[in-house]
Amino acid sequence: MDIKLSIKNLNVFHKNIQALKNINLDVHADEILGVIGPANSGKSSLLRAINQLPETDDARYEGEILLDGKNIDTLPLNELRRRIGLIFAAPVVLPGSVYKNITYGPKLHNRHTRAELNELVHFVLNAANLWDEVKDRLFDSASNLSGGQQQRLCIARTLALQPEIIMMDEPCSGLDPISTAKVESTMLSLKDKYTFILVTNNTKQAARVSTRVAFFLSAELVEIDRAEKIFTNPGDKRTSDYISGRFG
Amino acid sequence: MTFRIGPRTSQIIAYIFLLTLTVIAVFILIFIIAFIFKNGFSQLTIGFLTQKTHEMGKEGGILPSIIGTLLVSFLAIIIATPLGVGSAIYLSEYTKAGPIRRLISFGADCLAGVPSILFGLFGFIFFVTILKLGWCIFSGGLTLALMILPTIIRTSEEAIKAVPKSYREISYSLGGGKLDTILKVTLPTAIPGILTGVVLGIGRAVGETAATIFTTGASLNIPTSIFSSSRTLAVHFYMLAREGISMPKAYGTATVLIILILVINFVAYRLMHRFMARYY
Repeated sequence: MDIKLSIKNLNVFHKNIQALKNINLDVHADEILGVIGPANSGKSSLLRAINQLPETDDARYEGEILLDGKNIDTLPLNELRRRIGLIFAAPVVLPGSVYKNITYGPKLHNRHTRAELNELVHFVLNAANLWDEVKDRLFDSASNLSGGQQQRLCIARTLALQPEIIMMDEPCSGLDPISTAKVESTMLSLKDKYTFILVTNNTKQAARVSTRVAFFLSAELVEIDRAEKIFTNPGDKRTSDYISGRFG
Repeated sequence: MTFRIGPRTSQIIAYIFLLTLTVIAVFILIFIIAFIFKNGFSQLTIGFLTQKTHEMGKEGGILPSIIGTLLVSFLAIIIATPLGVGSAIYLSEYTKAGPIRRLISFGADCLAGVPSILFGLFGFIFFVTILKLGWCIFSGGLTLALMILPTIIRTSEEAIKAVPKSYREISYSLGGGKLDTILKVTLPTAIPGILTGVVLGIGRAVGETAATIFTTGASLNIPTSIFSSSRTLAVHFYMLAREGISMPKAYGTATVLIILILVINFVAYRLMHRFMARYY
């Protein structure tokens, strides 16, 4: 198994609060790594640390994050964020059309001809299972789409950057079950080409889509293992308590 | 037995009370406009709008003042808008919230409340005398720019601050830099609010007397360049009424001034709606 992303001794502080304590974690290429844990366990802080997008101005990091063996500190921020996409819990579409939302990122990084952009828009909307629903509304305002469509548009928007890793921060928390199923099937259909890190409050969702699952509690990584193992025979009592719903 | 007002009655009372307040406010505005139009509308002829002024305004038209007003206001806006929007971007995007930013905002608020005659006096001393620009449209434009600058800064700052943080994060997460984000996401989203500030500024500039009388002068010749002295419509109206030269001409001038402001506001809001339709 190739190691895509390696996190070594990561500590994150917000002012005096420690959001992550000494995290060591490898993410394999082409897997869906589910990250579960109750609120305030440090899941979102992990994603934001990887993307160098702190929640507050006074956030502080210690430790190393290696992308393909290379420290992310040595990468320019825009390249890092192009290679590692981040999708937020609430779908936020930028003001403007569906088309403009998708081409915003690629236009920042490279020059494209109109034909290339058209092809890209078609490709990523297809990949995000959204093309059929919006193909006649490409130049309508993106805010007219439904919540589930907006979230898939956000996925398409991230795919348009041709990232290597896609991180999702509770992408289905505001969606109905049908939209959730569509987002999940999008993820599964893309998993051969991309590495996913999926933060979720929904342990059932983690069980449905994840290759491996990491369980976070109170800023610490309790355990990480294959999804079947975590959900049938976890190594730590706290993990079994959490997934059986005894707390959290 | 105690007397109590039921929820339905209190709703009705609140409705009538607020309606009355609104009617009073709108009525005052309509009354002023109707009063001026009634007295001045008969003066509005093609000649009044296109002829030179004769005999200090007793005869002829007001073409020189129309040109003077438009030039002074236009200069003020094209100077103040980039300065104001630029400062607002700096304040809201490049400085951290804290005592210094609060102090600057407080200063801008105070500056917005300074009487215009003080700006006039400053413009007279600094632009007209020290910089030796003399009484001219340029001096007036610079002075009015300073006068409306705080309004534009504060409204733009508020408009930029109102852009959700999540928009910026999305832009960053897609690999956008700070400048990309400001130019392509934050500013387009904030444009309607910024334009409101600019429209308020235009309104103040077009109707200003005290500041322009000190800096632009009161010449009745048709301006040939921005270094000509001129007399704005508001100043012309003031002179005509105050010196008792011609009340009908004064009302005619006031009517033109009001129509000008209405037209500018109308055009600005049309532009804004066109822009919104394109972006939202």
